[in-house]
Amino acid sequence: MAEVTLKDVRKVYAGGVEAVKGVSFDVPDGHFCVMVGPSGCGKSTLLRMIAGVETITSGEVRIGERAVNDVEPSERDIAMVFQNYALYPHMRVYDNMAYGLRNRKTPKDEIETRVREAARILEIEQLLDRKPRQLSGGQRQRVAMGRAIVRRPKAFLFDEPLSNLDAKLRISTRVEIKKLQKALGTTSIYVTHDQLEAMTLADMLVVMNGGKVDQIGAPLEVYQKPATTFVATFIGAPAMNLLTMSGAEPALLLGNAGIPAEGAIIGIRPEDLELAAAGTKPSDAITLPLTVSAVERVGPESFVYGTLDRGDHIIVRVPGTHAPAPGERAIALANRANLHVFSADGQRRL
Amino acid sequence: MVENRPFNNLLPHLILWIGIAIVAFPVYLAFVGSTHEPTIISNGQMPLTPGGHFFENYYRTIFIGTSGTTREPVYTMLLNSFVMAMVIACGKIFISILSAYAIVYFKFPLRMSAFWIIFITLMLPVEVRIYPTYKIAADLNLLDTYAGLTLPLVASATATLLFRQFFMTVPDELVEASRIDGAGPFRFFFDTLLPLSRTNMAALFVILFIYGWNQYLWPLLITTRDDMQTIVIGIKKMIVTSDALTEWQLVMATAMLAMLPPVLVVIGMQRLFVRGLVETEK
Repeated sequence: MAEVTLKDVRKVYAGGVEAVKGVSFDVPDGHFCVMVGPSGCGKSTLLRMIAGVETITSGEVRIGERAVNDVEPSERDIAMVFQNYALYPHMRVYDNMAYGLRNRKTPKDEIETRVREAARILEIEQLLDRKPRQLSGGQRQRVAMGRAIVRRPKAFLFDEPLSNLDAKLRISTRVEIKKLQKALGTTSIYVTHDQLEAMTLADMLVVMNGGKVDQIGAPLEVYQKPATTFVATFIGAPAMNLLTMSGAEPALLLGNAGIPAEGAIIGIRPEDLELAAAGTKPSDAITLPLTVSAVERVGPESFVYGTLDRGDHIIVRVPGTHAPAPGERAIALANRANLHVFSADGQRRL
Repeated sequence: MVENRPFNNLLPHLILWIGIAIVAFPVYLAFVGSTHEPTIISNGQMPLTPGGHFFENYYRTIFIGTSGTTREPVYTMLLNSFVMAMVIACGKIFISILSAYAIVYFKFPLRMSAFWIIFITLMLPVEVRIYPTYKIAADLNLLDTYAGLTLPLVASATATLLFRQFFMTVPDELVEASRIDGAGPFRFFFDTLLPLSRTNMAALFVILFIYGWNQYLWPLLITTRDDMQTIVIGIKKMIVTSDALTEWQLVMATAMLAMLPPVLVVIGMQRLFVRGLVETEK
């Protein structure tokens, strides 16, 4: 049990590439922190620096009370679950889980109890004598989790542990990871590029972009009040519609005095839009006339792709399967309260 | 594409059988020769069926030796050859796995230079550097010793390269998982890398054992005493070119015995090979 603290952590590779450009945040004890971002945003590098398998160029990483910059990974009291699981192929499942404890000179009967207990929690008791190659992907994932929990570390580090599983298994394992983490109460840091995984797992969401943190917050807070246009489009699916407006256009549309004269970016989530037949004149909502270009029906909802008269492409979510046919005219309605306004460079929420 | 058409299988089988006959017939002839009395072969009437002196001839070959030439029984030659092949094979594997480990997993100054220097020695087999190598061995008083027989042949670029290539296919995450599990460089090497390299080592062992067993030029130079000679040289020395009578039945028996250990190594290791091919997972 410990909190994990990062202070202005940087990573510059030998070639001069700056992968992590000064990241600071605290993960409070027992919290589940998810770092999310597109590939190459530095999230995995950051996790590997916390684990100690990557050197820290500058800044400080603290686990519990201790600065661990120069501490060997095995001494940091963390456990990591890798994307490809990194199980020892020549060892039985039991030995895979026991290996770290044996290297720490844990007494034999203590190892036995801990491994059995972890196996029971993860329901892999019947697999203990198998070799990793005799296991399915989901079972390997469990063994990798088991290897982490037998250590009873101060923190769990997950590096995209679900990305090698099929879609169905990914969802059920996701729920189990969350339950397990709550039951054990161990501080966890989880890296993923899947925003849905991030939203569902996190107590605390860290959205990264280009080696920097764009926003830190509770998942819903990030969803409801994205700090930048990057966060706005990355969190939520389908992505938020962004309309770039110059000059006095946004101020006219919104009637808001706080909008700078040079223009702004207006964001509207597809789920905050409503579709009405062409020619409707609603009283209060903002109206965006559009021509439907495509419709995706996924069952409970449908996504209508349209082109606004001013040229922008826009997605509208409509419940059910009833949607206009491509080529038809329609009007998208948005409530003013649901609009997100960003500065013209997209870096600031107004 | 597994079609069972008997006639189509006939030609490939025929070719295979011819090939086997070409390879196996001389071996068979040597075996037949080793089971007859010396007079029958010396008469020039080489029979095609085994004779009745199998035990007598092999006993003489192994424990007594030829009367005319070296007088050394073959078991000492077998022993010398075996020691030489084993030391060369094991020594090469030992040295090359360590150097490959250093080159792949550790960052040290001149790492790449070390790698390229090892690489360049590929171009310098014993035959090319035979004089300086002999000079050094002689200066170190290694003539007529097992050390002199084996050490100059032990350093191996090929095996180092092979292990390097294999180590580079081992996922980095395995190294990282080991580090997190508290395994230092030694533990990682012994607990993870060595077990994973098992099949590679077996394959190399077979190749290197046969390489060591078949050495001719270097043992010829470095050994002068009869009790230090290897079996490959022993066979040559048994064949007398002057007017004395070559005891062909003993030469043939020696040839058969010389063939045996490499064959046994191949057969014994084959199972590991196949298992290594089936279990391809890192």
